[in-house]
Amino acid sequence: MNEAATPLQRLFRILVTVGPGALWLFLFVLLPTFLVLLASFMSRGPYGELSGPWGFHNYLRLLEAPYLKAFAQSLFLGALTTLLAALLGYPLAFYLAGHPRRDLLLLLLLLPFFTNFLIRVYAWLVLLQKEGLANAFLQAFGLGPLGLYPSFSAVLLASLYTFLPFFVLPVYASVERIDWQLLEAAYDLGARPFRAFLHAVLPQTYPGLFAGSVLVFIPAMGTFVVADLLGAGRVVLIGNLIQQQFGVSRDWAFGAALSVFLMAFVLLSLYLYARLQGERGLEDLV
Amino acid sequence: MRRLLSFHALLVYLFLYLPILVIVALSFNESRRGVHFTGFTLDWYRALFQDPRVLEYFLNTLTVAFVSTLVSTVLGTLLALGLVRYRFPGKGLLRYLLYVPVVVPDVVMGISLLLLFAFSRELLGFPRLSLLTVILGHITFQVAFVTLVVRSRLLLLDPALEEAARDLGARGLQTFLHVTLPLAWPGVAAGALLALTLSLDDFVVTFFTAGPGATTLPLYIYSSVKLGVSPKVHALSSLIVGLSAFFLALGYALSRRRL
Repeated sequence: MNEAATPLQRLFRILVTVGPGALWLFLFVLLPTFLVLLASFMSRGPYGELSGPWGFHNYLRLLEAPYLKAFAQSLFLGALTTLLAALLGYPLAFYLAGHPRRDLLLLLLLLPFFTNFLIRVYAWLVLLQKEGLANAFLQAFGLGPLGLYPSFSAVLLASLYTFLPFFVLPVYASVERIDWQLLEAAYDLGARPFRAFLHAVLPQTYPGLFAGSVLVFIPAMGTFVVADLLGAGRVVLIGNLIQQQFGVSRDWAFGAALSVFLMAFVLLSLYLYARLQGERGLEDLV
Repeated sequence: MRRLLSFHALLVYLFLYLPILVIVALSFNESRRGVHFTGFTLDWYRALFQDPRVLEYFLNTLTVAFVSTLVSTVLGTLLALGLVRYRFPGKGLLRYLLYVPVVVPDVVMGISLLLLFAFSRELLGFPRLSLLTVILGHITFQVAFVTLVVRSRLLLLDPALEEAARDLGARGLQTFLHVTLPLAWPGVAAGALLALTLSLDDFVVTFFTAGPGATTLPLYIYSSVKLGVSPKVHALSSLIVGLSAFFLALGYALSRRRL
């Protein structure tokens, strides 16, 4: 055995490895979070700068009708996107796991996902606009043209499109790990296919389903780009409100309060998820 | 059942590819508006290449991506190593802090960085919003992803290998360079690739942290789209789709060869 590291050497190694990264996270994650919290108690100055008086007024404003509506709409969009992603993604994960060329199919699933996010959203704008393919198709059957864009449905569709892979991948990972002997055992014990699936297969995919839901729900309700481009002002989510406060309205203090609220909501859902899944579950999110 | 599943899969893949194929097709369409194909043209590509700003935005995008990936890969790899090997006070907090950039919506991340830079400029006179602040922002979300990816690889390694190296007289840095790093390499490479992709894909953090002269391609696409659908953006998007496909296929081919 080589001589064991002295305490000083250990300290040095910890400082060299952990030090720079920890410092970075402290400066660029923890400190900014604290600043947002600080700003949320301030007010908008006459030139749109942050100033006094300090207080809870920004949080009280959150209770006004338009902001509650935006929050409800965000939740609704997040939930609906997650539900549709589950309907499309869950069967697909089973198909992929049983396919002899699943590597290639997974690659094809990821390809649109590796294409810039903005381009994927933009593609839907092109499809759904008045002279777009969707309306041309509908007109061929004597329907339309319909006002598909801008609308909530357009936002929903693009949101589903962009976040779907986030659902499929974790579910696929848990489908791959399924112990199929349990299904056979269920059959041997006389279960019919549906019941066997419900008790022997579905529970084994819960980790993937939970991880996928978190990964779709949070970005879908937190985004501002999708609603900005496909809702064109008609669909206002919390993300859009935040962006407005830091853009045209220049009310950083209120924008900060909105984002503290959004962050608190996200962290609370994650806390519940972590309680359900343990830290292993958090790791599955990456 | 199998048939039903493959039909479903076919529909999903159609859903995934139709929008992209339409963009690519329209980028060769003579007509400025609408979906009716009036004739084949390369004019939109020509217009794109003749726009000097596009080259500038492209270079900005690459600069941000490469610098931030390099820094975040080094920081993240070291951090992962420290987290796996040592116990120290504050480790629990650090582990939770790592998940923050992964899960918090990017609008929140963008504005909190904007506030940081605004406060810091007020108090220290530094930094002005520029390409530098964009790079700082990108590193912040990349570090978290790199660390988590590398850490999961390091957890799979047998600590006996490092002990053996030390028994044979290797010192700390030697062990790291000759044993730990080569073994962790697939994780480091995967982390770096993920960081690069995230940087190239990012719009929101860039949007809030970019100053004048720091326009990247996603910012350019956003402002063009806000002005109305343009065939030049179809052409740019098609090029980006083509490049992504090429790199992804390359990665796939390389990973198959190694197996």
